[in-house]
Amino acid sequence: MNLWNFLVQNRLDMAQLALEHLWMVGISTLIAVAIGIPLGILISWRPVLRNPVIAAANVIQTIPSLALFGFLLPAPWIGERAGRLAILALTLYALLPLIRNTYAGIEGVDRAVVEAARGMGLTDWQLLLKVELPLASSVILAGIRVAIVISVGLATIAAAIGAGGLGELIFRGLAMVNNSVILAGAIPAALMALAADVLLGWLERRLAPQRA
Amino acid sequence: MDPSEAAVSFHDVSYHLPNGRQILKQLSFEVARGEVLVLLGRSGSGKTTALKLVNRLLEHSSGEVRVEGRSNREWDVIELRRHIGYAIQEVGLFPHYSVERNIAIVPTIQNWPAERIRGRVEELIRLVGLDCAVAGRYPHQLSGGQRQRVGVARALAADPPILLMDEPFGALDPLTRADLQREFAALQKSMKKTVLFVTHDLREALLLGTRIALLDEGRLVSLDAAGEFRRSSEPLAAKYMQAFWGTSDQGRGQQ
Repeated sequence: MNLWNFLVQNRLDMAQLALEHLWMVGISTLIAVAIGIPLGILISWRPVLRNPVIAAANVIQTIPSLALFGFLLPAPWIGERAGRLAILALTLYALLPLIRNTYAGIEGVDRAVVEAARGMGLTDWQLLLKVELPLASSVILAGIRVAIVISVGLATIAAAIGAGGLGELIFRGLAMVNNSVILAGAIPAALMALAADVLLGWLERRLAPQRA
Repeated sequence: MDPSEAAVSFHDVSYHLPNGRQILKQLSFEVARGEVLVLLGRSGSGKTTALKLVNRLLEHSSGEVRVEGRSNREWDVIELRRHIGYAIQEVGLFPHYSVERNIAIVPTIQNWPAERIRGRVEELIRLVGLDCAVAGRYPHQLSGGQRQRVGVARALAADPPILLMDEPFGALDPLTRADLQREFAALQKSMKKTVLFVTHDLREALLLGTRIALLDEGRLVSLDAAGEFRRSSEPLAAKYMQAFWGTSDQGRGQQ
């Protein structure tokens, strides 16, 4: 059975798996953004926290994904559903690029601009919302882009704990020693990563600050 | 508020870095209302540090800095800064704001009505010698001189009675610098702000200053009216004069 026939015959199945995949990536990215960006801001305000926070995110990044899924299995509530488990694991992996880029983006804002803003009497919040975040937005978006591309790839492994997604075809294909089935999972996943990369890259360029 | 009282005053102010290095040593002086006090000194003399102590971008280690007769620690720091205009050499315009919005920053965060802000911005653009056509441009589309004009306009936006200026014209080419100095001197004649002006350029100090405070290694070595500076008996002041007039300087009676 060739790849094309497989795709046509299983199109409903395929759509379902692709949706599951998107769902896992989407939700985990949203949660990671909601945690990672505030953490990045926090460590730019409290430099003593910088090393511990970045080190923790780094350590998480070094745990092999299969092992991380295994570690999280006994967790209450989370461990009950494979989907939740996969989302938590993907969230954890997405944190590092988000924290690091938020921090780097804020630190990268021209010191003179920050000093002028403080000197004019902007409060810390006004400085953050009117100056630092807008000027860091393209760097933060670059972090989101990296996080999504990593997540799309990692989410294929979530199938190993039964969370579904396009990885299921890859594992099925591996078990059947059928390259067409593997490709039916791998190609759409790769296309998804590429599409996210192109789309966010375009947004990033639009948000890039004017040359000073 | 007593009009004769100093707008800004330093009383035995010292500042040292967390590592213990002392930057300012027991600095005392007063800035009278409406005068331009120039802080003159070479790099590392502490003049910029002294300036930043006024609006609490840095916090002094001992002594007292008074603004409008009140210790600046008693002021709410945000209110203090909005009471004091601030212009720096690097300008620090917001790159993502148009000229118009840059000038309007302080009025906007003070919630002025939109109509009043628009009027004030137009007035300021003309006041600092810019064309109204620049209002919609962004900082990267301006020349260095235009940027600094916008920086001065921004510092003046909410009409603060006190201005802190840290080598605002230092990065400009000599001709543009001379233009801006001349225009600022003329502007100051009508505005009568209390200005603390940092520079290492004696020519600028003599042109703009009412009085000149000479700093060296964190100490105040002399404080003279601008006209008296050239007759100062302080050796460092004489050195400045010598460097300014050239080594062939004659008849000034001291080295």
